[in-house]
Amino acid sequence: MIWDNAFAISILPKLLQGLVTTVQITIAGMAIAAVLGLIVAVFRFLRIPVLSQVLGFLVYFIRGTPLLVQAFFVFYVLPEYGIAMSALLTGIIVIGINYSAYTAEVYRSGIEGVPVGQWEASTALNLPRARTWTRIVLPQAVRRVVPLLGNYLIQMFKDSAILSAITVYELMSVAKAIGQSEFRYIEPFTIAALLFLIVSVPCTLVLRRLETRYGTVH
Amino acid sequence: MDAIAEYLPLIRQGLVTTVEVTVLGAVLALVVAFVLGLARLSTHRWLRWTAACIVEFLRGTSLVVQLFWLFFALPFFGIQLTALFAGVLALGLNEGAYASEVVRGSIASRPRGQTEAAIALNMTPALRMRRILLPQSVPAMLPPMGNVMVDLLKNSSLVSLVTVADLTFNAGLIRSSTGETALVYGIILILYFLLSLVISAIVALLERRFSPTRERRPLLTSLAGRMQGVS
Repeated sequence: MIWDNAFAISILPKLLQGLVTTVQITIAGMAIAAVLGLIVAVFRFLRIPVLSQVLGFLVYFIRGTPLLVQAFFVFYVLPEYGIAMSALLTGIIVIGINYSAYTAEVYRSGIEGVPVGQWEASTALNLPRARTWTRIVLPQAVRRVVPLLGNYLIQMFKDSAILSAITVYELMSVAKAIGQSEFRYIEPFTIAALLFLIVSVPCTLVLRRLETRYGTVH
Repeated sequence: MDAIAEYLPLIRQGLVTTVEVTVLGAVLALVVAFVLGLARLSTHRWLRWTAACIVEFLRGTSLVVQLFWLFFALPFFGIQLTALFAGVLALGLNEGAYASEVVRGSIASRPRGQTEAAIALNMTPALRMRRILLPQSVPAMLPPMGNVMVDLLKNSSLVSLVTVADLTFNAGLIRSSTGETALVYGIILILYFLLSLVISAIVALLERRFSPTRERRPLLTSLAGRMQGVS
């Protein structure tokens, strides 16, 4: 028999546990990406010599290299310098930093989308620079880019499966471990695929509705 | 550096395999993109819906899952793919689904008058697509298509997980026999980065070739522009 129903049901709880870890990674990773990306975007905007260029290059470099290799790099190099972190924490930090390169660009487009008049009005009102950023520009910029950040959230949810390669015990690792011990790969991998689908498709649909309702900048 | 000098041939082989997987995957992705993208614009409802379901399925499940499924689960149906073939297939299908959105989006965003004029001239739908809509859409497709191709290159590293001896896989081998982690992974990170620059350069060249105004921005300027920003 190709598909064993009893077996499929018996492994479901374990896979659901893996899914919970996957969701946790996604939320924690996105928290890092959302904050770090904003910091990078603002620093690039301030046009501080050298720093802006270095940040720009780092963003470009991270976007031009594979997440898997970045994960290997960090996962194997850190222990050599005596920094011991769990695979899970390493994975969250790596994926968070990786995605912050993308969110930084998203915030940038959001900041650029704030009308020049807003800046001019703040200058006319003699608002301090910092206040202009925190009270005028960022609230408008962040609101505009929320749907775009949502896209990256869904993307990160799927990409977190890559972290199984550095022994993070998320959905994909669980499925693979079951396959290796039971010599049956169809059920665990198919269920894993369905679980990814069940979470990501509704999220995509909700996001699309949000985008059409609130509009977005590109 | 001396420590890995003798392993350079292994890195070169890996580089060749990575380029091979990327190119084959890109060809398949383009085919999938145009088939699915055009199917989603079809007037036949069932065709449109089938294509939409396939795209949602491929985009909704993770590439890693698809890759592992093709390599580990398919043999249970009596179909044993080689690692390379499974890798290229997964990459081509997955990235093709993303690229099909690029195809669909850029064709759908052509001005309505173009379609109407073609209908007024009594063109068949196929001729309308081939002569009017597609040639106009290609320039619009190029930048996002370039992003998909860079993505494809980066995701090609995942085939190392199903034992394809690409850059990432061979780097793992070298690391375990020399212990030079930072050096080995540093080298291949730079190689991947250079490869993605090559893809960006090719896209920039094509953009110049296909741009309707034939603006002659120097290649380096347009590359630097891509580097600065909005992807």
